[in-house]
Amino acid sequence: MLNKKDILGLKDMTKEEILEILKTAKELKTRIDDSSKRIDEIKGCSIVSLFYENSTRTKTSFSLAGKYLGATVQDLGVGTSSVKKGESLIDTGKTLDQMGVKVMIMRHSMTGAPHILAKNVSAHVINAGDGSNEHPTQALLDLFTILEYKKYFEGLKIAIIGDISHSRVARSNVFGLSKLGVNVTLAGPSTLLGSSGLLGVKTTPDIKEAVKDADIVMGLRIQFERQKTTSFPDLSEYRELFGINKEILKYAKKDVLIMHPGPVNRGIELSTDIIDGKNSVINIQVKNGVAVRMAILKLLYQGGTI
Amino acid sequence: MKILIQNGQVIDPASQTNEIMDILIENSIISKIEKNITDKADTIINAEGNWVTPGLIDVHVHLREPGYEYKETIATGTRSAAKGGFTTICCMPNTSPVCDSDIMVEYIKLKAQREGVIHVLPIGAITKGQNGEELSNIGKMAKAGACAISEDGKSVPSSGLLKTAMKYAKMFDIPVLSHCEDIALVAGGSMNAGASAQLLGLKGISNDSEEVIVARDVILAKSTNSKLHICHMSTKGSIEIVKQAKLAGQNVTAEATPHHFTLSDDFITDYDGNTKMNPPLRSKEDILAIRQALKDNIIEVIATDHAPHSVDEKNCEYEKAAFGIVGLETALSLGITILVEEGWLTPIELIAKMTWNPAKMLGIDDYAGTLSIGKSADITIINPNETYKVNPNTFASKSKNTPFGGFDVKGKVLYTIVDGNIVVANGELVEELA
Repeated sequence: MLNKKDILGLKDMTKEEILEILKTAKELKTRIDDSSKRIDEIKGCSIVSLFYENSTRTKTSFSLAGKYLGATVQDLGVGTSSVKKGESLIDTGKTLDQMGVKVMIMRHSMTGAPHILAKNVSAHVINAGDGSNEHPTQALLDLFTILEYKKYFEGLKIAIIGDISHSRVARSNVFGLSKLGVNVTLAGPSTLLGSSGLLGVKTTPDIKEAVKDADIVMGLRIQFERQKTTSFPDLSEYRELFGINKEILKYAKKDVLIMHPGPVNRGIELSTDIIDGKNSVINIQVKNGVAVRMAILKLLYQGGTI
Repeated sequence: MKILIQNGQVIDPASQTNEIMDILIENSIISKIEKNITDKADTIINAEGNWVTPGLIDVHVHLREPGYEYKETIATGTRSAAKGGFTTICCMPNTSPVCDSDIMVEYIKLKAQREGVIHVLPIGAITKGQNGEELSNIGKMAKAGACAISEDGKSVPSSGLLKTAMKYAKMFDIPVLSHCEDIALVAGGSMNAGASAQLLGLKGISNDSEEVIVARDVILAKSTNSKLHICHMSTKGSIEIVKQAKLAGQNVTAEATPHHFTLSDDFITDYDGNTKMNPPLRSKEDILAIRQALKDNIIEVIATDHAPHSVDEKNCEYEKAAFGIVGLETALSLGITILVEEGWLTPIELIAKMTWNPAKMLGIDDYAGTLSIGKSADITIINPNETYKVNPNTFASKSKNTPFGGFDVKGKVLYTIVDGNIVVANGELVEELA
């Protein structure tokens, strides 16, 4: 049981809450491939997703997670809804509230949008990514994957490399990993590190230094859509100076896990052989995403704070 | 018609008066300022224990009319100002249409005479439509009564055009009020760049976005030898630049807003649109620098940047929320609570920054900002000891967008007298808007 109305970010989640979700996800994971194990545990729960930004995996992952637990899942289709007629976020939320929606899953290009929604609706709100703030379910599935492979958190070393300043994934991971005792190093061009040093973790433009003795290396996508101005000269220079390839990984531990939240710009932030190599768990992350989202839906719905 | 104000602490920065005296108003004119006036009067105000000051002046107000009457009108904005103790306000040109012609200046003045309750001095835009391309009719506007020019809400992007405007405005002896912001450095930020922005995941607005333009404008004002006033200074670096210019003898003045000397960015802990303004709430270090600069008189004017917005424009996604807060009805109380009570300014220094200094900056000191015999009676009476809780619902302003709701403050405006007419009595408007 999660005694929370909303899942807005890992910043305001406790270590215990995080571990509770991971534990539940582990129990539920087997139901993804084995349909005979599925139980309609949240039957009758109406879930609506509101994606003000594009998504393949997060939206589908949530949708399937809900269905595997017996919920009714619907996508608002923001592009074809009254949002296009200029309806405010709060009004859209209140409208859905009246229709009996119990869980709203929202992605928005603006930081804090799910928080505003959560304040104004009685339904549970799950943040599926807001601006350059947080993407809590992505970080939770990352944590789940790390635990699955490494069995513990305390003392592990992770290097998160790439477009840090625009990355809600990096931020949610920093909040979560720090609470669990993982040593985090953020690396990338100085122009993409922003002021992430203020988060209290190590930052460096030297990716060799970041990767050194790392248990986990996480690549991040260059988010062209969030960059208002040029942060580096061009992709070839980026690849040469900041791309993760075999040479760089020599500095990491032998059993290093290679992670990436996807979608990947192949050959830019990660070389193709690394993406498809034996240390890569990028596809496992996707599966674990369904498990973690099932856990969140189940725990929130059964928490009964609404 | 005679009004006698008795036994008040008369504070007049222009004459450095600060003692208990009586003031007699006869037919809208101050006729006597002395001890124990024995003349008979139609109205007697017992001001014992209260400050009696020149009517307050705010050089930075957004009245929103014409074009945005749902946020504020000249009628409601001037009433809000009166409740805040102001008898003269200058309204910024970012209306729709923009105040960039003598016709617009005339219109605002006329509307203010007809529907307002205090003096309104329009500020003209520097460029037509605030587009940053062509000079507006600065000369015609000055003749029609514009008290200053400003591009308000943005900086003139072209240094060349701004330089021309400064040179040109000089002929009419009106100052240039500069909003300093390099939009490329702001890059879509919505609060101060710093630890709080990082925690909230909001894009930050760095101090340098203000400072590079402060530096540019100071340099241009120097080369044109013109009168520059820097609006709502918010950073320590801006203060340093202005300080250096002043030490070099340049004619540059600056203002700070009550919110910039009261709140720092760590006040923002959620995504409440009422904490969003431009320039943003800065760091603790910046706040202390602002207070020190007020004390050192590097910043000689306190102005509100009163910026009314509707509930819907604030109660939405933070990045989408409009910049700005209302300030007319909390300015004086914050000045007393923060600056006087904490020892940064004496009462007469605070009042100077809200009366005589802005009057001098605008060049209206021949008729405003001081208590002088023979002059029109614009007077504010303040109880400096009354404490109260700020309640935005009681504001006369049409908009209630303030972060100060629920704040305990000290110092309350009791009377606002404009041209000898009592507009506010016992803290309430004498004539509510119908």
